[in-house]
Amino acid sequence: MQRDRLIRVVLLVCVAAGVALGAQGPRGVSSGNDLRPQFLRWGGDAEGGAPFVEADPADPTRLVGFDVEIAGIMAAGLGREPRFVQVGFTSLEASAARGDFDIGLSGIEDTPARRVRLAVTIPYYEFREVLTVRKRDGERYRSLADLRGHRVATLGATLAYDLLLKAESDYGLAPITYEDDVHPYSDLALGRVDAVLLDQVLAERGVRRNPSLTNSNDRVAVGHYVGVLAREHVALRDRIDAILRSAMRDGRLEAIFRKWGVWNEDQARLYASLSGEPDKVRPTLSDEPDKARPTGPGEPDKVRPTFPESNSPTVDAWGAARRYAPAMIRAAGVTLVLSCLSMGLAVGLGSLIAAGRVYGGRPLQLVLTAYVELIRGTPLLLQLFVIYFGLATVIELPAFMAAMLGLALNYAAYESEIYRGALLAVPAGQLEAARTLGLSTRQALWLIRGPQAFRLALPPMTNDFVALLKDSSLVSVITVVELTKQTSIFAANIGSWVVPGALCAALYLVLSLPLAHAARRLERSWRQP
Amino acid sequence: MSVLLVESISVSRGGRPIARDMSFDAGRGELLAVMGPSGSGKTTILRAIAGLEPLTGGRIEVDGVRIEAGRSLSAAQRAILHRHVGFVFQFHHLFANMDALANVALAQIHVLKKSRAEAMHRSREMLASLGVAERASAFPHELSGGEAQRVAIARALAVDPPVLLMDEPTASLDPARRGDLAATLKALAADGRTIVMATHDEEFVRACAHRVITVR
Repeated sequence: MQRDRLIRVVLLVCVAAGVALGAQGPRGVSSGNDLRPQFLRWGGDAEGGAPFVEADPADPTRLVGFDVEIAGIMAAGLGREPRFVQVGFTSLEASAARGDFDIGLSGIEDTPARRVRLAVTIPYYEFREVLTVRKRDGERYRSLADLRGHRVATLGATLAYDLLLKAESDYGLAPITYEDDVHPYSDLALGRVDAVLLDQVLAERGVRRNPSLTNSNDRVAVGHYVGVLAREHVALRDRIDAILRSAMRDGRLEAIFRKWGVWNEDQARLYASLSGEPDKVRPTLSDEPDKARPTGPGEPDKVRPTFPESNSPTVDAWGAARRYAPAMIRAAGVTLVLSCLSMGLAVGLGSLIAAGRVYGGRPLQLVLTAYVELIRGTPLLLQLFVIYFGLATVIELPAFMAAMLGLALNYAAYESEIYRGALLAVPAGQLEAARTLGLSTRQALWLIRGPQAFRLALPPMTNDFVALLKDSSLVSVITVVELTKQTSIFAANIGSWVVPGALCAALYLVLSLPLAHAARRLERSWRQP
Repeated sequence: MSVLLVESISVSRGGRPIARDMSFDAGRGELLAVMGPSGSGKTTILRAIAGLEPLTGGRIEVDGVRIEAGRSLSAAQRAILHRHVGFVFQFHHLFANMDALANVALAQIHVLKKSRAEAMHRSREMLASLGVAERASAFPHELSGGEAQRVAIARALAVDPPVLLMDEPTASLDPARRGDLAATLKALAADGRTIVMATHDEEFVRACAHRVITVR
């Protein structure tokens, strides 16, 4: 009877879930070929903020920004309704290739690599890469060459990052990548980095937010914003190009950029060169290998972005794997060192917390329990943000230190629960025997209870260490380039996750398997009756 | 003169009386057996003498240290008590994380503050005197019941307490080993050690005890 009721409840839940999913299906982000005629699904990152795409401060359910308005023009030109698809900035390219949306628009830069992998629209905005420094360094750091041995921040998967990679080998500066464009500038103001290289739109916004910074006038490079589509959508791309050209001619694009305060003479020249003959428009590199377009001799130089030579596009994944192998192995080293240091610290702190909870007075027990619950009840990602960015006004921890501390404080909470359980599992007779021999409570903990608890805790601890090895990938959000981050940079660079993903997985296994093996041996040699 | 004095003691656990109004004393070199049916509180009396159970009534005196109902011992008093009273548990409770020799040497090093070398030397001697010298490097789970008991006796005697308490000492022994143990205990008593054991084993008691205290 009871069982029948249970089965009915389970069936009901399954049916309800099925109905809910079914109802959601056609509206889902990645399903929807059938909706294409009605909607123009455009992908962007609302975290990118103004003037690109952001939630309207007055009505957060609405999006505003020049990319939003350009998507509106494109949709209107196609007779469709624009529909926004949220995608993280660094994933936009892969998402476009997968067909998660029709077109990606979010201040996406034109690069040769993108043209090989995607169908790219004509540029709709021209920007200069701008070097931002602290005002007091304005005289010292005027170009990348002046920054030898210094840390220079940028966004991952951007033209600026490619420029910095080249400068790393040319001038010996250290590129630091961020996931967003706010913290490079706030960290520059705090002195964590010595310069930021990003496009002028971001640089001007960065300086507006941080009055102690200044933008250098030296022109580092020029780039363009484009829309990106999956390679098979060339026909749609061509229709969108025509819509953009028409909007350049009739001043609609100019009106948008003026409204957002980023219009300048560079755009007027760009539009003059683009809005005429379609064949002149597409820059030098072919976006479809089978339809390579020769460069017209009269093509304005402006249109051709200045790309760093070191980052020529390649589809030779194995060649790229060979080039990236040293960086990947270095990153695996960062992962290993970070994990070992964090775990060591977590074990020490966790032991103290566990001892405090088992032996301490009521107030100490309450404080430690609150700590454990707070840490276990909040995401590690949030804790890392708070430690690195949140505490920056109080204490400026270097990124690696903040990463180590964040992981250690988080894992200490989990370890402490393991040790507490293990301490309580040591038989009372062992402690009574220690007492009758005259050992103090502290001696009994140190000599008998602790070592016995440690053996009980070893298997779950090993498990946690392997988990930490993988959780350490989260620290890339606070600019530490470890194995996963290096892999995503590699993947973004070659436009495929297959080889980088396999290499990354192999390296993680190389790190974790010997550890599991060593732990098993230790467990065996310590086995209790 | 009595080394151990137990005067009208009562012990309760969770409001339930375990031992009631027990009195006895023991002199130097005396070997006493506490006997009685299961659940009569034999073990509890030994635990109270070792300071492991609080008294609800009466008092105990061991070589000048006084345990009283409602008064907890200071750390210093507790240290003196444990120097004077050794305890061999029914299930031995040898420390699982160290070998037999380390079990015996532990309190000598950390309580008596002897040098490690001296403690090890003395521990070897004690294991030899109890006939388990060759098991010095065995871990507790590798010892037989009889071996474990002799290591436990060596551990309890390592701090040289004048009073040795033993809970069911023959529970894990075959008849031949019981004979050995009786001889060992008689030798310890002859040496001036006061021994109080809780046991059911009448034959063993007849073989070695000087006096029997009966609990009901």
